Parts: sequence; C-alpha cells; structure tokens
Amino acid sequence: MAESSRSHGPDGSVRSGISRRTFLKHGGTSAVGAALLEAGAAQAAVDSSMQDGANEVLGPGPIPIDLTINGRRVPVQAEPATTLVDILRNHLGLTGTKIGCDRGACSACTVWLDGQPASSCMTLALDARGRSITTIEGLADGDNLHPVQQAFVEHDALQCGFCTPGMVMSCAALINRKPDAGIEDVKAAISGHLCRCGTYPNIFAAVLAVASENRRRGT
Amino acid sequence: MATDNQAPIDQPPLRSQSLLYGIVGQETRQVTRQVPADEPPQLPVNAELRSIGKPIRRLDAVQKVTGTAKYTFDVQLPGMLYARQVVCPWPHAKVISIDTSAAESYPGVRAVHVLETLLQTARLRDPEAEARNKYPTVRFAGQTVAAVAAETQRIADQAAKLVKVEYERLPHVSELVAAMDDEAPIVFPGPVEQPSTAGGGGAPEGLPQKGNVRGPNFGMPGMTPTGDIDQGLAEADVVVEAEYRTQVQTHVPMETHGIVADWRDDELTIYASTQHTHSVRDEAAEYFDLPKSKIRVISDFTGGGFGAKYGINNFGLLAIHLSQKAGAPVRMMLDRREEHVSAGNRPNSLQRVRIGAKQDGTLTAIDVISWGTGGIAGGAGIGFCYNALYPCPNMRTEQYDVFTNAGPCAAFRAPGQVQGIFSLEQAMDELADRLQLDPIMLRERIDTKPTDDMLARAHERKIAAERFGWDRRRPPNSDAGPVKRGMGMAQAQWVYVVSPPTTVEVRIADDGSVSVYNSAQDIGTGTRTVLAQVVAEEFGLDAENIGVYIGDTRFPWGPPSGGSRVTASVTAPARNAAYAAARDLAARLAPLFDDADPDDIFFAGGKVGVRGNEGAARPLKEAAKEAKFGEISKLAKRHDDYEGFVLSGETSISRHGLGGVQFAEVAVDVETGVVKVERVVAASDCGRPINPKLVESQVIGGIIQGVSYAIYEDRIMDATSGHQLNANVDQYRMVGSRETPEIEVLLIEQIGAQSSTDARGIAEASNVATSAAIANAFYNATGKRIRTLPMNPANVLAALSA
Ligand code: FES
Ligand code: FES
Repeated sequence: MAESSRSHGPDGSVRSGISRRTFLKHGGTSAVGAALLEAGAAQAAVDSSMQDGANEVLGPGPIPIDLTINGRRVPVQAEPATTLVDILRNHLGLTGTKIGCDRGACSACTVWLDGQPASSCMTLALDARGRSITTIEGLADGDNLHPVQQAFVEHDALQCGFCTPGMVMSCAALINRKPDAGIEDVKAAISGHLCRCGTYPNIFAAVLAVASENRRRGT
Repeated sequence: MATDNQAPIDQPPLRSQSLLYGIVGQETRQVTRQVPADEPPQLPVNAELRSIGKPIRRLDAVQKVTGTAKYTFDVQLPGMLYARQVVCPWPHAKVISIDTSAAESYPGVRAVHVLETLLQTARLRDPEAEARNKYPTVRFAGQTVAAVAAETQRIADQAAKLVKVEYERLPHVSELVAAMDDEAPIVFPGPVEQPSTAGGGGAPEGLPQKGNVRGPNFGMPGMTPTGDIDQGLAEADVVVEAEYRTQVQTHVPMETHGIVADWRDDELTIYASTQHTHSVRDEAAEYFDLPKSKIRVISDFTGGGFGAKYGINNFGLLAIHLSQKAGAPVRMMLDRREEHVSAGNRPNSLQRVRIGAKQDGTLTAIDVISWGTGGIAGGAGIGFCYNALYPCPNMRTEQYDVFTNAGPCAAFRAPGQVQGIFSLEQAMDELADRLQLDPIMLRERIDTKPTDDMLARAHERKIAAERFGWDRRRPPNSDAGPVKRGMGMAQAQWVYVVSPPTTVEVRIADDGSVSVYNSAQDIGTGTRTVLAQVVAEEFGLDAENIGVYIGDTRFPWGPPSGGSRVTASVTAPARNAAYAAARDLAARLAPLFDDADPDDIFFAGGKVGVRGNEGAARPLKEAAKEAKFGEISKLAKRHDDYEGFVLSGETSISRHGLGGVQFAEVAVDVETGVVKVERVVAASDCGRPINPKLVESQVIGGIIQGVSYAIYEDRIMDATSGHQLNANVDQYRMVGSRETPEIEVLLIEQIGAQSSTDARGIAEASNVATSAAIANAFYNATGKRIRTLPMNPANVLAALSA
C-alpha cells in the first residue's frame, strides 16, 4: 500500500504546479489530506497564505517535528507532507496502526488525538503537534489490557485481525466517553470502519459487555 | 496451482473397527470402517473431551488487539526498499517499447524491472499468435508492465511515473453480454487454458472456444449430463424457467496482496500475505529456477484472503526480480485500487434455468446454461450445486467462460457455488410456490442423496426453522404499507476437501513442554488455536500451554487455506502425531511409576500419573526433568478418509459434503427500492467442531459477506474507458456496522467416522446460501422475484415493476 502516495513529489512540488512549500506556509490548515484537496481549494489556500506573509515556511526537505505518542515525547525528522500514519509505521516502527485504503474510507488507521479517534492516514504529522497521540500499542496499561481489548479477546471480536487495532481504538474511545454505551452507540462508533471478515456482531457483543459491566459497577 | 506435493501416501495395514457415527444428540449409531492400523482410537463426543470442542479464546487474540501481530504489511527489514508497479492505463494494448532510463536515474531508485511473463491470466493454447511480441499484451486497464524499487515509497511512486511505455491500443470489450457477440473485439487471439488454484476456479483443458466464449464446460467429473432433458420436461407437471444474473464481486481483504522479497546469494526469503505458503515457494522456485530447499516463505499473519491469495502473482515476480537486482529486500504491497482491479474477483453470471417437477415435488429435469466473465482468466462457472444437492434423472449444467478486458478472476469463497445457489435455491422456492408446498417440505422430499450433508441439512432445517419462527411466515406480499417484510430460506452445499500430504510435527522438549509445527498459514480462521486444542487434548494440557509454530515453509508441509480444508487437513495429523508422542512419553515416564504399564500412564491437568493410583500423579514438568529423555519428535500425515475419497490427490474430495441451512427476514421499501436484511438464522455443520466459538465467528462472517454480496457489492466497469469506476472502498459498497443484521448460528456436532478428529471446514458452506435466502424472503415480502444481484434500488425497482 502506498503509505504516502500523495500527489506530490519528493521534492515537495505538487503536480498542479502549486508547490507544497507554498501550501504548507498555511501552517497545516486541517486534517484534510492533500490527496482530497480539489485544485480550487488548494488555490484558495495559496491565495490566503500569500496575504499572510508572517507564516513560517516549512519544507520541502525534512524538518523536526515534535510529537507526543503514548505519553512520550518523540522528536522526528520528516518532510512536512508526511502523514501521521507514515511517521508511526515507517519512522517509528509502530506497525500496530494499519492502512486499509489510505484515503479516509476504512478507519483501519484509527488512532486517538487527545482521546478522540482520528484517521491517521488523513492527518499530517504536523497537525498532530501539540496533541496527545495514542496508538494501539499505547492503549493497554502495561500487561493490563484496556477493558475493550479484553472484551474483544473474550468475544472473539476479530478474525484476521487486520481491522482490529482500528476497531479497538474507536470502541475504547466510545467506552471512555460513554461508559454505558448502547448498541446504537457502538454501531455509530464503528460505522466508518470496514471489517471484511465480518466481525461486527462480536464487536457489538464485546463492547456491550464492557458497557453492562460498567453499568453494574455504576461507573 | 503450482504446488505439486503429490508424494504417494503410504497405505498402512488396515484394521476393521466399529466407530460412532451420526449427529450427536440426535441419531447416532455404530458403523464399521477400515481404519489404518496406526491411527489413534476414535475420540468420544465433544462433551467428554477436555480441550477439543471447547469455545476457548483464540490463541493469537491478544497479539491482534494490541497491535503486535505482524502481517506481511508490517514487515520492516534493514535496508528494505519500497516498490511500485507501472500499470497500463488502457484496457487492451500492445506494448511497443519501454524506456526505463529516467526512472533508473531518479535519485533514490535502486532497481527497475520490466515484466517478461504475465501470471494471473488464461494462456494461449498456441502461443504462436503473440510469440513475436517483446512484452506481454495488455488485456485490462491496470495490468502491470514494470516496477521500480526505491528507498522510500514516495520515491518509488514518483519514479514509476517516469517509466515511459509506448502502447498500440487495441479495441476492447469489458461487459459480459457485449463480449458474447460474434462481432465483439477479441480478448485473446486464440483458444486459452486456465488451470485452477487451490481455492478452486479455473476450467478443464481443451475446451472449444469461439471468439471470447469458451465452452461448454460440464464441470467437475461426475457432472456430465445425464438422461434426456426434453423428456424430463415433458414428464413434468410444473416447469419453472427463468434467467438469473449476478454481478462481479471483488475480494477486498483488509490487508491487500503483497510480499517482501529478500534475495540473498544463498537463500530467497519471502514474506507473503498468502493463503498458501508452499504455493508461494513453489512458484518462486519455478520462475526463478531455484531449488525449493533454498526458498523460505513466511506468513505469520495474513489479513484476509477469501480465495485470491495464492502463488507469487505478477507483483511478486517483479518484487523478487527487483530484490535480486538491488541486492536488498523489497516490499511490494498493492494499493487499494490495484487490489480491486488486478488481484482477483468473483465472476458474474447469466444463468438460464429450467426445472421440471411432478406434483409431489419429484424432480424430472434440471437444465442450466450459464455464461460468466472472469475478465482475462477462466473459471466463471456456477459451481456444482445443481449436481450435488438434489438428485434428478435428467440433468445438464452447461457452463461457458466469456473473456473480457477486465482483471482476472480468482477463487472467491465458494467459487461458482455462490452464483449457482442463488439461482438454484430461488428456483426451488418458486417450484415450492407453484406446487403449493412449504419450501421446507419440498426440500424434505428432494434432498435425498445418501451423504452426511444431506443428513445434516435434514436436522438443520428443523432446528433453524424452529428458532427462526418459520411458522410465522405469511403469504407473499402481506404488508399493506410501503415497507414490506418477508421470510425466506435456502440450503447450502459445499465439498468436504482434504489435503492428505499435510504433515504435522509434535515435539516434547525435555522439560515436558509441547509444541506443534506445520507450514499452514492463518488467514483469520484460527489455525493456531485448533492445532493447539487438538494437541493439548492428548497431553491433558491447556491449549495455551502448547507452542504453535505455523506459517513457515521450514515446517512440515501444510495445506492451502482454500476449499475450507485447513481444519480437516491439519487436525488429523496433529492428533496422530500428538498421540504417538504422548505414547512415547508415557513409555519413558513409566519407570518413574514403579515400571507401570505405559498404557496405564495418563496425562491430565498438567500432571502425569498411573490409572488406578491417581493420587500419585505428579507434575509433568517435574517428571520429565527426572526422566531425562532428551527430546521426543513425531511426524504424522493425514491418511485418506476411512471410507476413501471420490477424488484422491493433493486435493482429495469426499463423497460427503458440508450442509447448512439459512433463514432470512428482510424489509423491502417498495418506494425507494431499499432492502434491509433484518435477521438471519443459520444452522451449520462442520463435522466435529474443534472450537465452536471460532466456527461461529466464521459462519457469521460468511453470512455478512453473503448479505454484502446480495445487497451492496458491485464492481462497476465503464464500457467506454474499460476502467473500474469504483476501485476503492468508499464507492465499492459493502456491509458495515449499520447494515449488519441480527445473526444467530446453530452449530451441530456431526461425527462422520472418517478421520482421527472428524473435523471439517466451514468457511464456504457458510456464505453460499445467504443471497438465495434473502431473495426468497424478498419474494415473500413483495410477491415479486428478484433475479438480478445486487438488490440495490435500481435492480429492486426494476424487479418490482416487472
Ligand atoms: S487507511 Fe486511513 S481510513 Fe483507510
Ligand atoms: S478481522 Fe479481518 S478485516 Fe476485520
């Protein structure tokens, strides 16, 4: 899978003729991936950045990016166009986060940014600066699995397991946010996730078991 | 299928033995079979076992929920390069010239390779027609031409665009019916052949071919036409006749196809996302002229496959060449578009069905003719269900492959059978309706072949109908409002397949710890877990205590994860090896128990003891240390089934099959054309379930894929450009959490008295009946038949207004 197959070259230029350098002057506007930016929108970004001469110029070569991953400060050197999933997997060897589509359509790459699920294939590493990043590797507390991980194991909420890290991250975020989640909450939480093996019913059962345990304990 | 592990299997002396046979809790009896003399005694029913048959946790579940499970996608080796393919944008073209110089001189590029031999395609019977072409002809948009390897993925992606390819475009055809026309552009300049893979597909050799249409193919041996169709139809009181259409479905494993190739002077190591480690090794040996002994294939985890992941494929050929040229490991993973376009699909079908029956349901004629396209590959038949399910004296299933300029099909979870059962089981529903018989009653009368799957279905119809509430089914079109609800049922059949060359090693280390070895991969079905459970049973240990080592061709030969054969193939040799190892261990530990008779030594709960003096049992670990027996290692194979097979070889097929019955409840909005599957109840059989929890997971997965196929999935080709329009997962629609129906699985335990575990597969039997059950529920809801898949709003509204 192209982990960084954006429509730009290694020299930082994009094919539309707008240089990534100019684009990034904008300072990482949002989590929207460059791949999905229509040419018009890119032009608008350029126009607005032109008026804003005070913005710093980043790239096109590698720049230092400071990230906080699983509670640890992690400085990396990467081109500004690098996605968060590329950093996690290819710079840091955190391969638990998967890629299923590389365009925001399958949620296999889900991590947390400040506790909220986000598609790391659609997030520039730059935009994750200053935020607390949690990956599947950082979810368990040492050897103690997160209750959602434990429930996935017990309810066999996985087959090939390739979608599982992403599923776990979204379900764990749901339980953290809403400890007594119901079935509709679970369906909504993973509605953007694809599982080709068809583990959905067992995922529902796993998360609902955690929720009912939470209800029983009054959390 | 390149694997040719066809070593003759030793036939040991046989003993005549009385064995338990039947459905546990229903009807069981003793049968006498000829059993190889070295086979362990028959296992009792699951309720009397400790490890086998228990719904224990999947052994690798923790690795999967913590992200530590390493897939091929995750392999990162020192100095590893990243590859990208150069693919052709035209659906049909001759390659005139290729200039790789700009790519080669691009900074960071380490190797470029042009593909000389095209795999994953039907092959010209007489290659002369294209013998003078320097490069393989391009026959579909997205066919690979070359590849580059570079220091980063981004550089590889960029450099791939710098490879200049000059094409001479040829006329193309990408649609089934258009390609059948005499005037249609010709995909191949002559007749072609297409062998099958371990997952199925392919077609027999030497079939006639006219233009793009190849056939007739009458299917597997035993499917040759019988009787006289015209006479059978003339004898019928009722004839149902209709045309059915199914769409092309792509596999969409969440981990795309790919390999990491590491070519060294002394050995080639390949990490592969595969359904058969040995098929990767064998093809690499063939195409690179290497001894198999110098190739190692590793597959720790495979992120789904569903039939499409065999061999090295074009991308693998390229990656190995690139690794050889660059002197570094090369990672080649397909992207999602390449996966959809080039890595396999389930062919579509156009089926014309005529079935005649007497008033009491007795079948007098079955006549089916089908066409389907698997793009540039053959294997677009409709399976063997017409011949396998209901006996009929006058029967003909005539199948044609139609070639189009589209990506090659590959085996896909019950190849052909999914398409065939969609029409067969709807035709049976229609027949029942015309005969004013309950569909279950019709099946009672016509499902009569003397096989284990027939017995299973008879029982499954009862239990599933009751659980489902079939007695609440109303006449067709009973709801007055725009949302109409209905119930339907359909039956399943799949072959029971075994790979007898499968060999399993069981070792006992000198500390008494036990491990098991086989090269089979785990594609998500739970291979590790079932192996451990079977071995643990013989040693009185917990499955978690067994070391399981799989997914590596350095271990003894394992079967492909195709045809639902792994559990049947690996558990019997695993038990045979474990039994032999445990008996050996007993003999070596007997001296510690006053020279007890080794036959009286037992293992239970991590202890070893002597029958009759259970109190003196002691921890196995401690006894092993004291006995100092070194290491025990036993290898065992899978014998033929005790009754033999109807087809023997690396893929051995039993005369018995797998059954399964599914009931579905749907809601059809007749104004919008939206169909929602609300509930499915499935009764399933897989011989002796080794782990009912994992079986249930697979059945659920099969049903969900069946619902996805029935309602949502559809590869859409643009006729003008010859491109797939929805080669991604946002526009290629599939079932997600909100489309998942309520699913209930009822699993039976059926002892076939055929092997030392009597385990059979489940994957394919679980997804074949779903679309027909849904279609029959659609009829019950609306009073109209839907004979075209998928049941999307356009097809639904067309069916309703017919
Ligand atoms: S890989 Fe990020 S959403 Fe699919
Ligand atoms: S478990 Fe295989 S894709 Fe979800």
